Amino acid sequence: MNEGLRSAHGGSIDRSQVLHFRFDGRPYTGVAGDTLASALLANGVHLMGRSFKYHRPRGVLAAGAEEPNALVTVRRDAARETPNLRATQVELYEGLDAVSQNRWPSLAFDVGALNDLLAPFIPAGFYYKTFMWPKRAWHALYEPRIRAAAGLGRSPTQPDPDRYATRHAHCDVLVVGAGPAGLAAAQAAALAGARVILCDEQAQLGGSLLSAPASPAARELPGTLAALAANPRVTLLPRTTAFGYFPHNSVGLSERLTEHLANPAPDAPRERQWQVRAREVVLATGAIERPLVFPGNDRPGVMLAGAARTFLNRYGVLAGTRAVLVTACDEAYQAAYDLQEAHVYIACIADVRAENTASAAARAAGIPVMTQATVLGTGGRLRVNSVELARCADGLVSERTQQPCDLVLISGGYTPSVHLHSQSRGKLTWSEPLQAFVPGAAIERVRSAGACRGVFAPEAARADGTAQGAAAAAEALDPQRSGVDPAHGAPRTAAAPARAPDGALAGALPQGGKTRRRAFVDWQNDVTSKDLALALREGFRSIEHVKRYTTTGMATDQGKTSNLNALGIVSRALERPIPEVGLTTFRMPYTPVTFGAFAGVARGDLFDPIRRTPTHGWAESRGAVFEDVGLWKRARYFPRAGEDMHAAVARECLAVRAACGLFDASTLGKIEVVGRDAATFMNRLYVNAWSNLAVGRCRYGILLRDDGFVYDDGVVARIGESRFHVTTTTGGAPRVLAMMEDFLQTEWPDLSVWLTSTTEQWAVIAVQGPKARELLAPLVDVDITAAAFPHMSVALGHILGVPMRLFRVSFTGELGFEINVPADYGAAVWEAVWQAGQPFGMTPYGTESMHVLRAEKGYIIVGQDTDGTVTPDDAGLSWAIGKSKPDFVGKRSLKRPAMNAPERRQLVGLLTQDPKVVLEEGSQVMAQPNAPVPTRPLGHVTSSYFSAVLGRSIALALVSGGRARSGQTLYVPGASGEAPVQVSPTVFYDPTGARINA
Amino acid sequence: MLLINCPYCGERPEPEFVYGGEAHIARPKDPDSQGPQDWVRYLYRRDNTRGVHAERWRHTHGCGRFFNALRDTTTDHFLVTYKTGEPRPDPAKATP
Ligand SMILES: [Zn+2]
Repeated sequence: MNEGLRSAHGGSIDRSQVLHFRFDGRPYTGVAGDTLASALLANGVHLMGRSFKYHRPRGVLAAGAEEPNALVTVRRDAARETPNLRATQVELYEGLDAVSQNRWPSLAFDVGALNDLLAPFIPAGFYYKTFMWPKRAWHALYEPRIRAAAGLGRSPTQPDPDRYATRHAHCDVLVVGAGPAGLAAAQAAALAGARVILCDEQAQLGGSLLSAPASPAARELPGTLAALAANPRVTLLPRTTAFGYFPHNSVGLSERLTEHLANPAPDAPRERQWQVRAREVVLATGAIERPLVFPGNDRPGVMLAGAARTFLNRYGVLAGTRAVLVTACDEAYQAAYDLQEAHVYIACIADVRAENTASAAARAAGIPVMTQATVLGTGGRLRVNSVELARCADGLVSERTQQPCDLVLISGGYTPSVHLHSQSRGKLTWSEPLQAFVPGAAIERVRSAGACRGVFAPEAARADGTAQGAAAAAEALDPQRSGVDPAHGAPRTAAAPARAPDGALAGALPQGGKTRRRAFVDWQNDVTSKDLALALREGFRSIEHVKRYTTTGMATDQGKTSNLNALGIVSRALERPIPEVGLTTFRMPYTPVTFGAFAGVARGDLFDPIRRTPTHGWAESRGAVFEDVGLWKRARYFPRAGEDMHAAVARECLAVRAACGLFDASTLGKIEVVGRDAATFMNRLYVNAWSNLAVGRCRYGILLRDDGFVYDDGVVARIGESRFHVTTTTGGAPRVLAMMEDFLQTEWPDLSVWLTSTTEQWAVIAVQGPKARELLAPLVDVDITAAAFPHMSVALGHILGVPMRLFRVSFTGELGFEINVPADYGAAVWEAVWQAGQPFGMTPYGTESMHVLRAEKGYIIVGQDTDGTVTPDDAGLSWAIGKSKPDFVGKRSLKRPAMNAPERRQLVGLLTQDPKVVLEEGSQVMAQPNAPVPTRPLGHVTSSYFSAVLGRSIALALVSGGRARSGQTLYVPGASGEAPVQVSPTVFYDPTGARINA
Repeated sequence: MLLINCPYCGERPEPEFVYGGEAHIARPKDPDSQGPQDWVRYLYRRDNTRGVHAERWRHTHGCGRFFNALRDTTTDHFLVTYKTGEPRPDPAKATP
C-alpha cells in the first residue's frame, strides 16, 4: 500500500485489518471497510476501466451507486463471475479477485482505443446509419464485431451454483435510504408505533453522514442505529437496494447477503429479493452530485468533489496530492477544505459563478479562487496532469492558465434522486433554483424526505425526515383507511423549498466558441455534448428520441450523473426551458439486479410444476421416451432395443390395427357438469344438441368462441339426466373451465349448474384394437357385447372390483374402450389390463402413435389442425352442429358471410405423388409448381406422418376452397425440393367405419 | 403488483386473479336477431378507456368468482370492486 495516500486516522475503516486482493492480476492490499475503489485509490490506482464506445481510459468519478466508469468483474470461480459491478460498491474482502472490463490486451494498453482516434467517424447514430445495408451482414459481421469491441462485462459461462431467496413482507412504513432524512423518518415512524422497514444500498447505514463525520448528526449515528436495531418494530436492511417501485406500494428490494464475505457458507443464500407491500413509503434516497461538462472531463483523476470527500472522510484515502476544484455550488468548497486539512495541496478553486460568499471565504482562507471560470481542457493520458482554466464572461474567454494537478474536483450541484418517485408514476416538478426536478404530486402512498426533494442541509434533512416519518406513520395507522389502496390518501409531500441552497448548473461549461475537444455528458455510454448537438441538427426534438439516438441515460446507469446536463444542453440549443424539453422516464432497476435474485428458487425442478400420470413409473420402467405436453410428461413411444422413433411408432401402430394397444389418456381434461340445468347449459355452450343425448351415450362435442371459431373439442358422456362427463383437449382444460365459469356466472346466473375439474381424479386407460373387447370382457361387470354396448356408449361399473366409468370410444378408428378409474387405482388397473392383454399381443403405445392413428382416420387435434381461425365447417365438422337449436355460443357468428366464403381454408387430405415423401408440417401449399416469391399460398400442412398400415405418407392441410379441389394436384415446397401432392378426403383408413363399429 | 379487493374474499395479491376485459358487455339475449354491425360491436368493440374503466376480474386462485371493478387506468387505483350483476357505481361516490 502506498501509505502516503492513506490518512493516519479517521473514517470507518479498520486500518489494523489488512486485506489482500488482486486487480487485473496484480496483488494489492487494502483494509477492512474499504471498497474496491477506495482500496485502489489508496494504492494510487485511478485507471479502473475503459469507456464503452471509444475505449477511453477512465478513472473513478463517483463514490457510490452512480459511478458510471469503474465497472469491474468480480470472480470467485468460473461459475461465480459477476460482471458490471461498480468498484465503488464492491466491498473488499480477503482474496478478492477483480478484473477491469472492455479492454484488450490490458487496461493501460488497449487496442480498442483506436476507436478513440476514429471518434470523429463514430458520432451518435453511427451504428444505425452505417450498418443498415446489407441486412445479412448485420448478423454475420457487424453485430458480433461491435459486441466484441464495445460493451460491458461478460456473463459467466457456467450455471449459477448459488441459492437465492425470496421473501414477501408487509409493513406500515417502508423507508428507502438511511441517510439523515431516512434515519429520522424511521425513528419517527417507529416512535408512533408503526412497523418499519429501513433499507439502504450501502453496507453501512448513515448515507451522507458517513462522509461528514464531524457533523452533530454523524456523531449521534452509532446511538441512533443502536436504538433502531433494538426496536422490535424496526427491520434494518443494509446492502439492500430498492430497485423498483410497482403499483399499490409494492416495492422490490434486492439484499446482497454474501457478496462481501471472503468465504461465504456454501448453503447460505447469496441474495434475497424482498417483495414489500408497505402501507406508506418514505423515500429518502438522497441526491447525486452532478458533474461538469467540459473538454477532457473524463480523464482519470477528474472526480466529483463529494466523492473525493467521501474517499477521504469515510475511507481515509487521499484521491490526489495536488487538486483543483471546479464548482458551480457552495457545497463543493467543503471538499477543498477537508482535503486541504488532510494536506492535499489545493492549487486553485475555479468557481463558474460570479463572486460570492463562498469564493470570498476561500480566498480569505488563502486558497486562490477564480470566478466566472471555465475549463478549456485537461492534460495527461492515463491520469490527469494539468487543467486549462480561463475566465469566461459574456462568451469571451480570457486569462487562460494551465494548472498542474493530479486531481480535478468537479461539482455542478446536486440532483435529487427522484428515480423511485418517478417509477411510482409520481409527477416531477422543475425547480429553477436547484436546476433539477423534484418530486411533485404522488400517485402512490409515497412521500419524499430530505435531499431527494431538495432539502440538502443535514439538519434540515433530518427535520424533514422526522416530519415525513411521523406523517407516514399517522396515515399508515389510521384505523379509517382500508389496505394500501392509494386512491383516497391525503395530499402528499408539498413542493420542495424554492431557495437554492448553494447553486447548481445544468448544461455545459462555456467554451467561448467552437472546440474540437470532446466534453462528456454521459460517461457510461460515451455521449458527448457534440453528440447531443448532432441529434438536434438531425431533427430530433423529443428528449425521448434524443436519448435513444445518442443512448444518453440508458443502460445500467439510467442517467444518474448525465440526465440534467443532457437536458441543459438540449434546452439551450432548442432555446426552450428545461421543463418544456421534458424528462425521460426513469425505469427500474435503479441499479442492476441479478437474474438469480429474480429467479429465486424457481429454477431446475422448481421452475415449473411437473404433472405425471398414474402410469408414469410403468412407462419409465419400459424405457418410454417422454414428451412435454403443457406441464404433463407423456410417454411418446416405447422403443425396443435398436429401434428409432420411426420404427417404434410403425410397430406400435400396426399392433393397434392388428391386435390391441394400451394407451394412457389420463391427461385429457375432464369437467363434471352437474345440476338441474346441466343439459340446458351444455346446449347453450356447445354446438351439439344435447337434449336428445340419452343417458349412457356419448357424443363428440365442439366448443366455439362467440366469434365462431373452434376453441376445443372432446367426447361428452351423459352419466345421468343432470350429469355430464365432459372431456377436453389435454392443454385446453383450464381455459374451457374458465369459459364455462364465465358464461355460467356472468351470462346465465339463473342456471342451476355446478362445474368441477376432475382431470386428475380419473386415470384413463385406453384399450384399442380388434381384440379389445375379448380381453376386457372378463375383467368388467358390464355387458360390453356389440349389441349391448355399441360405439359411443358409456356405463358405470367395476373393473376387478374398482369403480369405473367405461367409455366405448375410439381415437384410433379401431374397436376401443377408455376405462376411467379413480386415479389412485390407475397404476394397479393398468397393470392388470396389461397382464390380461398379453395373450392377445397387447402393445403399449405413446402419443406419437396416437397422432398417426388418429390422422389415418382424419380426426383433428384442436390447436394443430385448427389455429383459432377455423370454423366447424372449415374442419369438416358441420355435421356435429345442432342446427335446430335457437342459439349456442358462436352460432350467430357462423352466419356472417365471411364465415361461409367458398375460398375459406378447409381441411383436406394430401397424398404425395411419391409415397415415401413425408411433408414437413407447417409447409405452404401452392397451386403452381415453382411459384415465384412472393406468391400467396393456398394453405398449409397441419399434420403429416408416415402411415405404416397404408405403407405411405399421409397429411392433413388447410387449403383454400380445399374440398372443391379434391383430386387436384398441388405443390408443397420444402427444404429438400418441391413435392407434388393430390388433394384427397381426410379419412385415409377404413372410411366406412366398419372397424370402429365392430 | 396490484392489490385487488375481491368482494367475496377481501384484498388479495394480483397473481391470484385473471383479468377479464371490459365489464358490462352483455351478450345479446337473441343473437340471431342481431344485425351484423351490432354483433360485431358486441364481439370486438371495446372502449380502451383512459381514466376510470369498468372491468372484469376473476379470483381464479381463490373463490373462483367473477366480479367487476372501477379502475383508473392512468394510476391503477381501484375506485371500487362490486359483484357481477350490480350496476356500475358512480365513481364520484365510490369508496374502496
Ligand atoms: Zn375471492
